[in-house]
Amino acid sequence: MAEKKILLEMNHVKKSFDGIEVLSNINVRVHEGEVVSIIGPSGSGKSTLLRCATLLEKMDDGELIYLGEIAASGGKYAPKSRLKQIRKYFGLVFQSFHLFPHYTVRKNIIDAPICVDKVSKKEANERAEKLLAQLGLSDKAENYPYQLSGGQQQRVSIARALALQPKILFFDEPTSALDPELTAEVLKVIKELAKEHMTMIIVTHEMQFAKEVSDRIVFMEKGVIVEEGTPEELFSSDNQRVRDFIGKLNL
Amino acid sequence: MDFVTSLSKYLPMLPQLGEGFIVSMEIFVLTLLFALPLGMIVAFGRMSKIRLVRSLAKVYISVMRGTPLMLQIFVVYFGPFYVFKIRMGSGYRFPAVIIAFAINYAAYFAEIYRSGIESMPIGQYEAAQVLGYNKAQTFFKIILPQVIKRVLPPVTNETITLVKDTSLAFTIAVAEMFTTAKQMAAADSNIIPLLGAGAFYYVFNLIIAMSMEKLEKKLSYYR
Repeated sequence: MAEKKILLEMNHVKKSFDGIEVLSNINVRVHEGEVVSIIGPSGSGKSTLLRCATLLEKMDDGELIYLGEIAASGGKYAPKSRLKQIRKYFGLVFQSFHLFPHYTVRKNIIDAPICVDKVSKKEANERAEKLLAQLGLSDKAENYPYQLSGGQQQRVSIARALALQPKILFFDEPTSALDPELTAEVLKVIKELAKEHMTMIIVTHEMQFAKEVSDRIVFMEKGVIVEEGTPEELFSSDNQRVRDFIGKLNL
Repeated sequence: MDFVTSLSKYLPMLPQLGEGFIVSMEIFVLTLLFALPLGMIVAFGRMSKIRLVRSLAKVYISVMRGTPLMLQIFVVYFGPFYVFKIRMGSGYRFPAVIIAFAINYAAYFAEIYRSGIESMPIGQYEAAQVLGYNKAQTFFKIILPQVIKRVLPPVTNETITLVKDTSLAFTIAVAEMFTTAKQMAAADSNIIPLLGAGAFYYVFNLIIAMSMEKLEKKLSYYR
């Protein structure tokens, strides 16, 4: 089998907050079309890792490389113009959506493509229609975020990220703010994206979902990757800590 | 019955009060025109990353809010003569009032803007950043429209106070409505011109309160 292109590489990533190390020597590689879930207890550094990968947080040391382009190396970041280009490679879906409340659903989706990527209005609208149809939100285009359920809002925020046609989509606990029913509706969307071979990195507490959707699962605790492998490998791990964590969640 | 006869007697005073009212309105409009944008600049100074700028803005706001507006009017009006021995002439009265009002109200507006900007959830900035908006786009497209909605009620408060504060121009003999009313009242030792002026202020503020309420309703299309 031909080796797939590496889209994201994080090497020896270190990050501390006020002298407390939250990430120590993390290495992650994500290939094109791969779905990687990051699991682990709260405070294990999962979200910080995602925030470092999406340039929301500055890492203290280590490398961050997208499609062979170096965003950061040894804790030193590429110039702003370079980072601006690199940002186009990824999208991020937040736990609490962060939609723009003063924009309609449509405007939330088309504004960044038009203002940032200089896509024509026509093209941006076509993308929006397609995404809204795909995510089952066609009738909500002219609504404002507050008029939607949490699940619908999260789907809009997925559409907003996809409208910029990223190579990688990050999810930071995308269902943690939702009830089980709405969770199911968002997870369904992510599963469909996985079927289309969208490259995704998902921080989640939904074990069953992670098992079903992932090509690889990474288990983190106390700022280090304790174990990683296919869902089968992880769920039949010999590591007592991993077994405990997964076992508790399966109750 | 005396009150009624004097009421009819004072009906002709309306045009005169009206003239004063126009001057009051000039002070009001010009103050807003300068203080609203100036407040934004001061607010940015107050939130600046540069410590010196931040401290300067802080001191400015502190002094402007901590001393009486009447005193500030005096300082602006008499300052050039007392400090530099420059005679500005009576033509300087009106500009002095505008300067004093503008720098005073800018301080209040600055604090209102700052609290509005700082109350914005960080997630809005982060979402904009990840989507690739630059700093100016983030501020003008995402943050500012939401801040305007948030600061509208406190700005309305200040605006209503400003209408009443225009009467302080009386202290350096600018012939706005209160000055006119007081002269008329003193000339005939009658209270009615003052009550008439009060009615003008009240009705005008009523109009402001109602229009701002309308504007707030207009902005309630989102939450």
